[in-house]
Amino acid sequence: MSTIVLLIVTGLGLGALYFLVAAGLSLIWGLMRVLNFAHGAFFTVAAYTGFFAAAALAGTSPWVGWFASLVAGTFVGAVFATLTEIALIRPLYRRPVGQVLVTVGLALATLALVEGAFGADPRQVTVPPWMAATTSMLGAAIPNTRFVVIVLAALVLFGLLFFLRRTRYGLIVRAGVENRDMVSALGIDVQRAFTLVFAIGGAAAGLAGVLAATYYGTIDPGRGTAMLISAFIVVVIGGLGSIAGSALAAVLVGLLQQFLNFYAAAGVGDFAVVLLLAVVLLVRPGGLLGGKSA
Amino acid sequence: MNAGAEVLLRVENLRVSIGESQILGGVSFGVRQGGITGLLGRNGVGKTTTLRGILGLLPRTGTVTLAGESLTALPVHEIVRRGVGYVPEDRDVFAGLTIEENLRLTERAGSEHRYPLVYELFPELRDRAAQLAGTLSGGQQQMLSLARALLNASNRILLIDEPTKGLSPVVVKRVAEALQRAAEVTTILLVEQNLAVARHLVRDVVVLDQGLVTFAGDIAELIDDPALARRHLGLSAAGH
Amino acid sequence: MRFALLAALALLVLLFPFIHVTVPGLFEGPLDSAGTLNLLGLCFVFGALALTYDIVFGYTGLLSFGHALYFAVGVYVTAIALARWHWSLPAALVLTAVVAVLLPLALGAICLRVRDIPFAMVTLAFAEAGSILVLQNPFGLTGGEEGLALGGGVLPAALVGVSNTAHLYWIAAGLLAATSLIGWWAVGSPLGRVWQAIRENERRVTALGLNPYLYKLASFVLSGFLAACAGVAYLLLQGGANPQVTTSSFTLVLLVMVVLGGVGTLWGAVLGGIVYEYLDFRLVEFSNVPALQALPGVLRVPLSEPLFILGVLFIVLVLFLPQGLGGLVRSAGARSER
Repeated sequence: MSTIVLLIVTGLGLGALYFLVAAGLSLIWGLMRVLNFAHGAFFTVAAYTGFFAAAALAGTSPWVGWFASLVAGTFVGAVFATLTEIALIRPLYRRPVGQVLVTVGLALATLALVEGAFGADPRQVTVPPWMAATTSMLGAAIPNTRFVVIVLAALVLFGLLFFLRRTRYGLIVRAGVENRDMVSALGIDVQRAFTLVFAIGGAAAGLAGVLAATYYGTIDPGRGTAMLISAFIVVVIGGLGSIAGSALAAVLVGLLQQFLNFYAAAGVGDFAVVLLLAVVLLVRPGGLLGGKSA
Repeated sequence: MNAGAEVLLRVENLRVSIGESQILGGVSFGVRQGGITGLLGRNGVGKTTTLRGILGLLPRTGTVTLAGESLTALPVHEIVRRGVGYVPEDRDVFAGLTIEENLRLTERAGSEHRYPLVYELFPELRDRAAQLAGTLSGGQQQMLSLARALLNASNRILLIDEPTKGLSPVVVKRVAEALQRAAEVTTILLVEQNLAVARHLVRDVVVLDQGLVTFAGDIAELIDDPALARRHLGLSAAGH
Repeated sequence: MRFALLAALALLVLLFPFIHVTVPGLFEGPLDSAGTLNLLGLCFVFGALALTYDIVFGYTGLLSFGHALYFAVGVYVTAIALARWHWSLPAALVLTAVVAVLLPLALGAICLRVRDIPFAMVTLAFAEAGSILVLQNPFGLTGGEEGLALGGGVLPAALVGVSNTAHLYWIAAGLLAATSLIGWWAVGSPLGRVWQAIRENERRVTALGLNPYLYKLASFVLSGFLAACAGVAYLLLQGGANPQVTTSSFTLVLLVMVVLGGVGTLWGAVLGGIVYEYLDFRLVEFSNVPALQALPGVLRVPLSEPLFILGVLFIVLVLFLPQGLGGLVRSAGARSER
């Protein structure tokens, strides 16, 4: 029983991280039809920013350092993504394959730069002692970081749903996911929504970068790429452009991975997720909740 | 173009190519202020392309001016903000948004909003405000699409593409009435295949054939002369 | 005239192992040294590999993110048969050839049921599954992260050792020539014309009464099979398999090669593959140059990362030179003819 509880909470925690990366990918795809390979780079750069922000505040309370890393990572993720949209995506507005290609180049270059500057080896991050501790729940000793990640991802999910359903820009994004041209034909500058969506996606990916560091206790240059691929799978299973679908699929993928990796063998869970993707694509090419924008 | 009221929208030498094939080969015409100008022609001669070209939804060359101001270099949303409303052929309402959200999205800062007129013409849009647009019938979607164009009082001209296509006679009649009312408050450039409807509503007419303007003038002149009608529209107008 | 030039070039390339000349700046050692021949061999392998990717991406318009998988088939199936099961080289090659047809056939049949970006994603996912499989080291076959060295005695003596590098070099040159010939023949054949028609407008192909699915599958299988052949040559040149060739980053690198050379031109892709591999190799040496080491960190770190330089170069190319290096050469040629 306690093992199952631990696996569920860990799976949810992993799903929470996947969701944070997938949410932005999904919105960017839905609105702009851009497959953003640079999303993993936003994640990685934010993770390292958070690491150094916390290190700069080493003398103060560990909570201060942790909050600072969270804020700094999220902010840098948003800024990096915004600049990417303005400088690289916008000039290629009429060349969709070119847009994918520049994000590929940016991903490769950023990864190489981070590796060159900070080395390929994992670095230990410091977290507040409470997070390193565990809480007993139904007989299972669950690391507190799991709860932190799950709660913050849930807040982001509700924030995004509120934004999409209750604000004018959310309305524009939902309409744009359906038909960009018609949004322009109503006199709305849809390009501004593009920038906004990139900023939001970059912020969520940046938050994920810092939270993943908290969750695993380490950072390394390669995790962003691994996260990106998991997030791609989540986005496709959930339905491109659907935030609720991404959340559902992220939980599904996280749980499936944890349970199979534990009960079958390490790696089987990762493999099963890919098979699940293939099955979903063949049976429901639009994804579980495809065609809904929020 | 006839003398008389001043020209509101002027299109000069509009050319549009999609891929390798040229759809419009230099279209020029003017739309007079007030009333409805018809854009007619057989299927596939470039009527929809002309409207989309005016809006800048397709890459094009040539010039488009609205009340003397050039729209040519502006992005789509800026053209629309200068006062060009658009009702596309396929209605293109946002299926995942409610009726109310579709209308709210259309609201433009700095413009009066004609909710009373819209709800008077199409009361079902108020009754079903919370319904998803994707669940509406074709006729209701057409009404919503027309309502979006009518809503902003700052729109000086509406480009309306085949609003009666695929609708039942009862709905066609309502749409025609709505167009007539709309023409009292704004100018309309109307693409219409239903000649009975066109003849009833339209004053000036522009006929396209193979990407070029072949006739421009009074609609009565065109339709009441069977030879002219056959030559330009490819059908006998006798039945209408 | 053009043919004669090409033949002369081919002959010259074949004679490199007998030419004891140092090309300053271009190569570290003389042309006939093992190091230079190995580098050139790898360049040819990647030229061939980029060409196979151009068939599926450039000519058929299929944005596959899983092409590395088929290259890895050539590398790993051959390596496992040789090193783990101690098969003879011909037997191992037969097995590899069978897998190299069946795997792209099966996966292509599944992936091609969706198109565009979903197609890209599902091919990426399958390739990722292959990568996971290799890293998991099932039954101790693949060697996991360590990779799989061929070791002594598993290959014919003529293919082993520094003194025989020339033989491997000729194999790589032969591979590039054969792949190019097959590629040229394929894209010029009626089959290849249908591929290009699909790339331009799939619906029109359907309207002609042809089934695009089968043609796309043919492109997928042919390019997958040829990629596996390149994988075999890579294995021989490297003397072992490493899991790096299974990763998604490796497919991305392939994409960079093709775009670098120019999408939809076979010789452009070959050029892209060769230039990429050469730069990747030489930029590593460049990063150890004392003058570079003396620079402040802000400049030194980026400049000593080949992938950073190549990634930035790639972005610049996509933004400002969408035709790739091939396009640059072509327009320069057009200018000089005028």
